[in-house]
Amino acid sequence: MLNFILKRVGAGVVVLAAISFFTYILLYFSSTNIARNILGEYASQEQVAAKEIELGLDQPLLTRFFDWARHAITGDFGTSWFNSESVVQAITTRLPITLTLVVVSIVCIAVVATLLGMAAAVKRGWIDRLVQGAAVVGDAIPNFVLGIILVTIFAIQLQLFPATSSIAPDSGANAWVLSMTLPVIALVINGVTSSAQQIRSAVIKQLEKDYVRTLRSRGISEREILFKHVLRSAAPAGLTVLSLQFVGMLGGVVIIEQIFALPGMGALAVQSTTMGDIPLVMGVVLYTVIIVIIVNLLVDLINGWLNPKVRVS
Amino acid sequence: MSQTVELTGQTGTVVRSSVVKKIVKNPLGLLALAILAVMVGLAVFANFLAPFDENFANIGKTLAAPGGENLLGTDSVGRDVWSRLVFGARTTLLSALLCAAVAIAIGLPAGLIGGYYGGKFDAAANWVTNVLMSLPGIIVLLTVRAAMGPSVWISMVAFGILISPGYFRLTRTAVQSVRNELYVDAARVAGLSDAAIISRHIFSVVRAPIIIQTSMICGVAIAIQSGLEFLGLGDPTVATWGVMLNEGFKNVYLNPLLLVWPAAAIGLTIGALVLLGNAIRDALEDADKIKAPKRGTGAAGAAERVRPAQGASGSAVETGTEHHLVKVSHLGVGYPQADGSVKKVVDDVSFHVDRGEVLGIVGESGSGKSQTAFSILGLLPEAARIVAGSIQFDGKYTVAPTDDRVSQTRLSEFRGKRISYIPQEPMSNLDPAFTIGHQLVTPMVRVLKISKAEAKERALKLLDDVGIRFPEKTFNAYPHEVSGGMAQRVLIAGAISCEPDLIIADEPTTALDVTVQADVLDLIRDLQKRLNVGVILVTHNFGVVADLCDRVAVMQNGRLVEDGPVREILRNPKDPYTRKLLGSMLEGKEPMTMLVSTGAPAAKPEDEKEAVL
Repeated sequence: MLNFILKRVGAGVVVLAAISFFTYILLYFSSTNIARNILGEYASQEQVAAKEIELGLDQPLLTRFFDWARHAITGDFGTSWFNSESVVQAITTRLPITLTLVVVSIVCIAVVATLLGMAAAVKRGWIDRLVQGAAVVGDAIPNFVLGIILVTIFAIQLQLFPATSSIAPDSGANAWVLSMTLPVIALVINGVTSSAQQIRSAVIKQLEKDYVRTLRSRGISEREILFKHVLRSAAPAGLTVLSLQFVGMLGGVVIIEQIFALPGMGALAVQSTTMGDIPLVMGVVLYTVIIVIIVNLLVDLINGWLNPKVRVS
Repeated sequence: MSQTVELTGQTGTVVRSSVVKKIVKNPLGLLALAILAVMVGLAVFANFLAPFDENFANIGKTLAAPGGENLLGTDSVGRDVWSRLVFGARTTLLSALLCAAVAIAIGLPAGLIGGYYGGKFDAAANWVTNVLMSLPGIIVLLTVRAAMGPSVWISMVAFGILISPGYFRLTRTAVQSVRNELYVDAARVAGLSDAAIISRHIFSVVRAPIIIQTSMICGVAIAIQSGLEFLGLGDPTVATWGVMLNEGFKNVYLNPLLLVWPAAAIGLTIGALVLLGNAIRDALEDADKIKAPKRGTGAAGAAERVRPAQGASGSAVETGTEHHLVKVSHLGVGYPQADGSVKKVVDDVSFHVDRGEVLGIVGESGSGKSQTAFSILGLLPEAARIVAGSIQFDGKYTVAPTDDRVSQTRLSEFRGKRISYIPQEPMSNLDPAFTIGHQLVTPMVRVLKISKAEAKERALKLLDDVGIRFPEKTFNAYPHEVSGGMAQRVLIAGAISCEPDLIIADEPTTALDVTVQADVLDLIRDLQKRLNVGVILVTHNFGVVADLCDRVAVMQNGRLVEDGPVREILRNPKDPYTRKLLGSMLEGKEPMTMLVSTGAPAAKPEDEKEAVL
């Protein structure tokens, strides 16, 4: 078990290193005018040159990368080039907003999609048609378009929610709920429609298995078969669906946060990439990838726990 | 019988044109094609359809309402919304295609090579795939944009790379599944080069899934692209739907209508792509369905005949009131077909079983013998319907003469308690996620209402009874840790655990090794004698019948052709089909001919071989 975790963590570190390097190369090409951008149009040539040396922009790519990496390993991601805020600070004040949004959404999606998917698989009939129809509609309307629709109707026309939130991590619970409701709804509706259909197929696949028939023949109630046996066997497939949803959502919130003016990681990502604030971009990318790696590891661990065959090996 | 097969009208081969036809016939597929045709039309003829250039701004006429020369009004700098929508279709669709093309160009060859050759390339490609799939797409695209500028085309090339694992995995799985097929081996033996095999045999397998995937991916690409542009990160000089959304959202207080057009265009296009993908999938799956059921059709063809005249084996059961353990009267089971007809798989079958008696039901695959057994258990597939007849268990109807399905409430009184089941395939009939002990204990706790500890004690005793050497060890094992023969013993233990009156065994030895078969048959015989239960033994093997059964019923094409005491039928088969079955058995299957020495007990081979645990 410990071995497995260590191996996966090791693999994660390698992935992280590869992604960092790749991202750094990409950003290298965007950093040609950065000193000028920081100092503004009226800075003298000497000032710009001095700034470039200060930021290490005169160094070759590899030197710059390893310099950055050496600090990053110790947890020091540097400071933003534009406002001198520490990168770790900038991220940790915004991460709670994004994580709340994503985690609340994924939990809602997991519960609703599982119930709907199971109901559709077992009962068939209208609920099955609903789930399948909703899947097409959900795929057709990207979550940010849904967000725009929600904000237009409920915030701007009906004024039930603030159109632009101004929450910070230290705002009261009330403000959080008001600001989070619409974005969570946008993410959840979209996630539920696509996951419910996949959970439905996973459940149907299990229901057709021979062992279900044998369990029935043993006098086990339909409910016990469904919630104990079928759900458990369908869970790995469902978890995979949800973990993909989660990864997708980490990207998707960038747009959602922009629509609802939530000061989360998304805003930071847009801002830092448009300005070419390399330390900040690197920080955002790394934090996001670390979260993805952790989630994937968790999913693997749960799957291992669910499936005795994997558990043994 | 073979003539009737032709009558069903299900010819084997399916040509590709029929897939296209099916998509067009499917209303949703047709709708999707129509929407996409309109969008492509807009894109192709944009120069004729748009009255203005996409960037022509009439500053004097901003945010105009629809009407006049501006069909859908103007935006905040006075650009014609309709013209921008039409030009936007062009950019949006082309860039989505570009994205799919890039993804295919990377994913397809990689998948073909990785799936076909495996090895280092496959491992490396898999690693890259895992990395790409753990990247949050939008953030990478933001980075790419920062590095390479705001061009739609660059973003879509980057997204194509990001999404190429989808094609890689799809192709790789498909290739792996056919790589070792016989026809591919044959091609290899015939001296075809790998390139020829891949392009001729393997590419044809992945073609259809690729088309479906492409349809979906174009939709995703449009969504991502408009998302980026909505963030204000698109190229402002190019009209796309995403840029229009951004523009509309900025003016949402002044003119929310500006949002509607691009949102509708995006929703309709992606929706049409998804529907098209679904329609193609449905069409292909339908085609597969027609190809598949070759074996079942024989029964269907025969069963199509009118029922009443066929009272053939009327001798089976009189409609008297005698108290049999199970009495099946004139049972008919059918499956409703798409065209409204009912395909019968069991037709006018009548028999009975008494306590302590073993009835064999014999017939070849598709003769309806398993369907008959499952109707008694009430475990027919969802789609099945009882089309005629009735079933009584211990004097009570489980299928009343008017029922069209087995009553689950009435059966739940008996199933697991008084009727139990031994399945054919031991491994797939145990839930892999639970220990063997758990799967033995739970039914006893539920049915016999005893405590868990008591049930465990009984389970250990049962495992011992069915000849398992180390009951405790097996009790704690998971199904994948025991052999097939042992799993079958476990299932038999489960079947007798709640002291049933009737055991229905569906080909209980077919899936087992020949040496284990005899053991399991011995076990069933011993238990049957000891517990004095009634047994219905479904099998295609007359040897098994001769070994175990008191009476036998022979089924063919869903009907009962002959039944009676085993000795009588073995010595003097009346029906030509029975004679054929017996004949084929005696000639073809030498090792199983216990027939030649009727009555002689099966050899008692090495029990020990089994006891792995």
